[in-house]
Amino acid sequence: MTEASGNIINIKTGLAEMLKNGVIMDVVNADQAKIAEDAGAVAVMALERVPSDIRKQGGVARMSRPELIEEIMKSVSIPVMAKCRIGHFAEAQILEALGVDFIDESEVLTPADEDYHVDKNAFKVPFVCGATCLAEALRRIGEGAALIRTKGEAGTGNIVEAVRHMRQINQDIRRVLTLDEAELMTEAKNLGAPYELLKIVRKEGRLPVPNFSAGGVATPADASLVMQLGAETVFVGSGIFKSEDPPAYAKAIVKAVAHYDDPKMVLEASKGLSGEPMRGIDIHELETEQRLANRGW
Amino acid sequence: MAGKPVIGVLALQGAIQLHRPHIEAAGGEYLPVRTAGDFERADAFILPGGESTTMLKLIDAFGLEETMRKAFAEKPVWGICAGAILLAETVRNPEQKSFGLLPITVTRNAYGRQLESIQQEIGGYPVSYIRAPVIEAVGPDVEVLAEREGQPVWVRRGSAMASTFHPELTLRYPSPMHRTFADLARSPLPGSKPAGPH
Repeated sequence: MTEASGNIINIKTGLAEMLKNGVIMDVVNADQAKIAEDAGAVAVMALERVPSDIRKQGGVARMSRPELIEEIMKSVSIPVMAKCRIGHFAEAQILEALGVDFIDESEVLTPADEDYHVDKNAFKVPFVCGATCLAEALRRIGEGAALIRTKGEAGTGNIVEAVRHMRQINQDIRRVLTLDEAELMTEAKNLGAPYELLKIVRKEGRLPVPNFSAGGVATPADASLVMQLGAETVFVGSGIFKSEDPPAYAKAIVKAVAHYDDPKMVLEASKGLSGEPMRGIDIHELETEQRLANRGW
Repeated sequence: MAGKPVIGVLALQGAIQLHRPHIEAAGGEYLPVRTAGDFERADAFILPGGESTTMLKLIDAFGLEETMRKAFAEKPVWGICAGAILLAETVRNPEQKSFGLLPITVTRNAYGRQLESIQQEIGGYPVSYIRAPVIEAVGPDVEVLAEREGQPVWVRRGSAMASTFHPELTLRYPSPMHRTFADLARSPLPGSKPAGPH
């Protein structure tokens, strides 16, 4: 998002720009962080349990222990992200004090506030937030998010929801482009999206901040799919360390993202994976309350 | 060279497309560069900001090192932030491989993490330092074009140029740095030969 002066991308979104065309990997310890870095990850997400384990084990999922995040920060030279619960600004303050490079206000953790998200404009550290459609993305950007990712359905190894959300955002943007000036305010009212941001979308034909994809990426082909649908970088949560050969999957997905629009290169990246990808869950087996994408508004 | 120089931006990872309006406003043609053929087409190269470790892994994975080494020995190249790290003769924090095209010593993330990222003006033009490296030392024949707190942030030797900041995040086209580089692409100077094997 541009600053008031309008002539420079702000420093928070600037970091998101540097992470483009890459893979951000969930890691639960320093060893995994090293594997991610060695495979060419552009950043790691430090957390105690990957989403598929959170799903399995249940209970309240909170911000990770600071010592764990610190240990991961010390072990790699690439940016380190960490998650806080939706609306839990105290967790966010702790993560900022810890010096993480990005905070993910994430539906993967149990929400702390069912009405309000964190006021991200109040922080110096950049935030990434999940979205399922344009209006949700613009509400988060209005609150100060420097980066948007699709929610997908974390911990399922199933790409269907990330595809749904990416297509929805694209369709919503295309619709905004068909509106004339007079129709924009009503559209803002109907969508529940900030008018000023909607104006930027209409002018630029895209979100005012980078748009990444998350939730369900398990193979090089999945990464290529969401990149071709418009994702500018891919988050891989459980997909790497719940596969049978994490270093191989990590490297393969990094290579596939670099050449996502060249099928021969994605084919090359897809070969030689001896282990199985993570097993995955059919989305229709999940009850509505088990769907993490429904968290937040 | 007459007319429009083709300025290739290494398009493996990082802030690639933001260079397009700067390059075009400076009178060049923008080309994302990923394959050996692309390297032949371009007259000059920008190694963009992003993660240097990721770029190194991908250069290795796709077998591009020799192609790049040859291209950089013959044509102008500008490394930005991560790209500056790839061009430096010596890299610290941690030590890592590089093309060694510029006799400079670079320490990665030397200002600190993202919370230490800032925006500052260089000659009236705002630029961004994002988890930026610091150029700790420069060889005697390296020209320092700008400094921050007494340390070089924009340097050049012959047709090789490096900056630790990002002018491409500024939406006023072209940046003075892109203008300088486009001039270099039009009339390359000698002296961008690799300093030695690395």
